[in-house]
Amino acid sequence: MVDAVPPKGDFLRRKASQIRMDLLQMIYHAKAGHTGSSLSDTDILTALYYGGVLRVQANNPKWPLRDRFIRSKGHAVEAFYCILADLGFFPKCELETYSQYGSRLIGHPNNKVPGVDMNTGALGHGLSVGVGIALSAKLDANAFRVFVLMGDGEQAEGSVWEAAMAAAHYRLDNLIGIIDWNGLQISGRTDEVMRTDPLDGKWRSFGWHVELAMGTTSMK
Amino acid sequence: MASATAFAKAFPKQFVEVGIAEQNIVGIAAGLAASGKTPFVMSPACFLSMRSIEQIKVDVAYSKTNVKLIGISGGVSYGALGMSHHSLQDIAVARAIPGLDVALPADEHDVRNLIRTLADFEGGDYIRIGRNPVPTVYESDETPFEFGKAVTLVDGGDATLIGTGETVRIVLDAASILARDGVRCRVLNMHTIKPWDEEAVLKAANETGYIITVEEHIIRGGLGAAVAEVVVQRCPVPMKIIGIRDEPAVTGSPSEIFQHYGLSAENIRDVTKSMLGREGDIA
Repeated sequence: MVDAVPPKGDFLRRKASQIRMDLLQMIYHAKAGHTGSSLSDTDILTALYYGGVLRVQANNPKWPLRDRFIRSKGHAVEAFYCILADLGFFPKCELETYSQYGSRLIGHPNNKVPGVDMNTGALGHGLSVGVGIALSAKLDANAFRVFVLMGDGEQAEGSVWEAAMAAAHYRLDNLIGIIDWNGLQISGRTDEVMRTDPLDGKWRSFGWHVELAMGTTSMK
Repeated sequence: MASATAFAKAFPKQFVEVGIAEQNIVGIAAGLAASGKTPFVMSPACFLSMRSIEQIKVDVAYSKTNVKLIGISGGVSYGALGMSHHSLQDIAVARAIPGLDVALPADEHDVRNLIRTLADFEGGDYIRIGRNPVPTVYESDETPFEFGKAVTLVDGGDATLIGTGETVRIVLDAASILARDGVRCRVLNMHTIKPWDEEAVLKAANETGYIITVEEHIIRGGLGAAVAEVVVQRCPVPMKIIGIRDEPAVTGSPSEIFQHYGLSAENIRDVTKSMLGREGDIA
């Protein structure tokens, strides 16, 4: 078992709380947003960005050897923007423009924003893009890794499984898929909307190495 | 026959097999492009332009990735296989997506020049090519493929015939038989649907006064519609749009289907003469 937020003093927990406060303020200010979904994966994002996992540079967002992060569950953009601003990818005051007319901080990730690699928002796309980036890294013998964050409701999209199959086929050990297994989606409990259990078993049968984490499932 | 087997054998490290997975192939290509590669995606146009259209919209056009989408066996190339295998909506769909270029080369020379251009051209593109051998329009590779620039193949002042892809050869033949009857037509190879050569259309309307478009595509939203958008707003002149009727297209060989819907030199001649009120003109 791996704790989604490994204890590093209380730093990561405090950071996650701060990000939650920031995103609630942003959503309150904008009167729009995906509150539940963003609160749900704040721990995962905090671990990735502050826990020494993702190798990225805020002052050099296009650094060619950076680790890539694809937010395939693109609807939950708020925690992502708050973290990018907190890390200095763009000024924190810009968060006030979220969802406003003409703002680049639109309701789904978009690569006009420094630190965002791909535009997402339509579910089931991110893992395929991740496969392409991971393949490219292998072809060029680059050591960077690709992280793709998906929702558990998103697992109903058939294209996720096309990508899962291709990742195993090409033995992409530089691709890490993370599922925010929170059991909920917009229309109800995920397993009542469309049963995904056994989710870890499905991924294993597609040739993935699966690890279950506290409250979340991370796979690679 | 359209096939990537020879390429895959010659350049195995530059070939990625994705299997029967049209959504995945476009996503993977977008990922490769996001890492600096120039991927060419090859898949039957009927599937590529429909099954993976959301990936084309979001992962290619919206994300501005340099992905070249090559829809092979397009139009009614798979004539006998029916509507599932016909791609007769692809121009309409692709040209409605901001940031996606759309082109239909007319023959093997156009294809070669287009591919050379594409390799150096930054941006997402949807290209439709056919499957079966087609008579050539050009005699050599000398005419360069300039994106967004229609090619005037024949000049004339009585009417303008506009084709795209495999219909270019047909409008060229129509112009020849019309010329024998004393009707001088301008012929445009409108190989690029986006970016769009609005000036060539405007000039045709202004200088020839009549426009006939011919396309291997449903008559809604394709070449004729794109021309009409310019004509009605900037220089209204009489137009005829020749293409596949709004119905599941009849099946048979591609040439039988072309004949069925009037994509023939003889029909274009008759339509043109009737438009000009010159049915009786014989040289």
